[in-house]
Amino acid sequence: MKISFPHMGTSHIAFKHLIEHLGHEVVPPPAPTSRTLDLGVKYAPEFACVPLKMLLGTYLEVLEKGADTIITSGGVGPCRAGLYPHLHQKILKDLGYDCKIIIFDPPLHNLKDFFSKINYIIKKGGKSWRQFWKEFKTSWLKLCVLDDVEILSHQVRPYELKKGSTTKVFKECLHIVDQAQTREEILDAKRICEKKLKEVPQDPSRNPLKIGIIGEIYVVLEPFMNMDVEITLEEMGVITHRSIYLTQWSRQNIIVNTEGSIYKTAYPYLKKKIGGHGINSIGETILYARNGFDGVIQVAPFTCIPEIVAKSILPEVSKDLNIPVLSLTIDEQTAKAGVQTRLEAFVDLLEQKRLHGGLNYARVSGH
Amino acid sequence: MKPSIGFPATLFYFTDAPFWQAFWENIGFNVVYSSATNKKILDEGIKVTVTDACVPIKVYHGHVIALKDKVDYLFIPRYMNLEKKETFCPKFLGLPDMVRASIPGIPKIIAPDIQLVNPLSRLRLCKELAEKTGASFARVAHALAKAGRVQKQYIKLLQQGYLPQVAMKLVKSGRTAGSPVKEGDLNIAVLGYPYQIHDAHISVNLLEQLKQLGVNIWTMEMVSQTMLRPYRKVMSKNHFWHFSNRVMWSLFYFLNKGGLDGVIHVTAFACGPDAMVDKFMELELKQRKIPFMPITVDEHSGEAGVRTRLEAFVDMIRHRRQLE
Repeated sequence: MKISFPHMGTSHIAFKHLIEHLGHEVVPPPAPTSRTLDLGVKYAPEFACVPLKMLLGTYLEVLEKGADTIITSGGVGPCRAGLYPHLHQKILKDLGYDCKIIIFDPPLHNLKDFFSKINYIIKKGGKSWRQFWKEFKTSWLKLCVLDDVEILSHQVRPYELKKGSTTKVFKECLHIVDQAQTREEILDAKRICEKKLKEVPQDPSRNPLKIGIIGEIYVVLEPFMNMDVEITLEEMGVITHRSIYLTQWSRQNIIVNTEGSIYKTAYPYLKKKIGGHGINSIGETILYARNGFDGVIQVAPFTCIPEIVAKSILPEVSKDLNIPVLSLTIDEQTAKAGVQTRLEAFVDLLEQKRLHGGLNYARVSGH
Repeated sequence: MKPSIGFPATLFYFTDAPFWQAFWENIGFNVVYSSATNKKILDEGIKVTVTDACVPIKVYHGHVIALKDKVDYLFIPRYMNLEKKETFCPKFLGLPDMVRASIPGIPKIIAPDIQLVNPLSRLRLCKELAEKTGASFARVAHALAKAGRVQKQYIKLLQQGYLPQVAMKLVKSGRTAGSPVKEGDLNIAVLGYPYQIHDAHISVNLLEQLKQLGVNIWTMEMVSQTMLRPYRKVMSKNHFWHFSNRVMWSLFYFLNKGGLDGVIHVTAFACGPDAMVDKFMELELKQRKIPFMPITVDEHSGEAGVRTRLEAFVDMIRHRRQLE
């Protein structure tokens, strides 16, 4: 089988590792480009959110490269993403592609289905469950290391002396982690990357603003999609904190739900889970406000239903807790210059607020 | 004087208004509806909602504004699930919270969670309603049962082919009636959510326009639960949302029944669930070679534009029939 999968942030490095070590050929998903998006937009429904379009574009690109199987995640609603693989399958079939899409729903939803699909992949590659477990643990470690390195890069970048130097080192680091194959090598790679990142020349005397990034998982994790919102902010000298990392998200959502407190936090404003990351966006904004952050940026795809609900409620949270919130709605028309201008204006506003200790809150834009 | 409770005449109004009216009257409330959607309601709604919300949600906020100074309480049920493995659009799940955050100065909101998946959840609903209204549990249960009987009558009339507004009047007057006559020469299924299709302002009078063009209209309310049963497992995965499922299943019902000349899908601009429904529908009908036209409505829809499209669609179907 020639397997491929969606591209999301840096996670493809770990997924590639897992599938290769299970004895399959991997067609690595290319980093999204405007061509990917154009392909997706052409065949996807107009009002589907941009993740669906982007994934469709990615699938078309990997199918061109000869992939015959795509592994992706499902879902149980009410967010639309759970239906995406089924729609992708229909659209691809309509376009004349005959590929297999293996959909993994959350395991607790249907255990039997989950394990039979893993079993299929293992047996096709001629491996045993024992080997799978070993490779799975190694890949998980790789995923955690990737996230650790990324988190460190976010801590270093606001202090860098030469703009762009951290990003350059970070790219090298991704390559180093990608090359590491065994547990020991991965842990070594982590040490090397941490050392490299810490050696980036920094100016520790700065006193940066702190901004929390919330929103829908795909656009938050995929820098191409959010116009590098984190890097842009950090290069302006702002510390960003992102609420979603794949390793943290997976630990909490797929196996056991330990997010009880987020729901409790959000309860005064939103009383029910509404799918996707809607309630998390509310809860995390409150947590950021309580933890002394200067502002929050919500990144959401256009027509994302849970984020629209969150966006409707955020002005009230913003007012009550005196924390400015900027909502960025992303679709295929969004351009980097537009986002950059708005981010600069937002950062200016936060600086003024800090200088004057103002009580004026910033309204959510687009409201 | 009886306390009054406001019921915005949109969203669940078209499917469940007789039920809730009977319920509130039975526990001693006076139900006040907002007027049918008009330009003022829509404009007021647009002012307080985020730009990328869909028209039905904007309209709902407008209805709430129209009601807020006239009533003691507002009834904004949180529809969560009426059946297992189904829920509603996230905007419905967060509706009371959105209204509360967006509109200042509103009266007390009664927002019970509507979950009817098993007997226990029904009991919980009774208990919640009793707590929130101050009526006794027995009285609430009794009122709900009574309302259920009214609703049954209403649903029966809808299935006979009456439109919601007519059926509501018939239920109120208690008259029984034969089925309305269908005298057009084309049969077109007009599918979409009741709060879009039956709201003449949102759908820019679509149903009336079609009737004038000599079209018999088939909507999803005309198909009963029993008739839908065989089509519940046709899709590789059902949708997550109550109304979307009903739309898809009734599509399959109409297709299977035969005699359909075309399908029109009415959808709101940027409607989340419909982005899925519409594409699934399009691919299905493409395969079966049945004319299909999606009509997207938003706050700027004009009657003339929609009329042109409807005429073109109907002409095309008639032309095709002549060729055959």
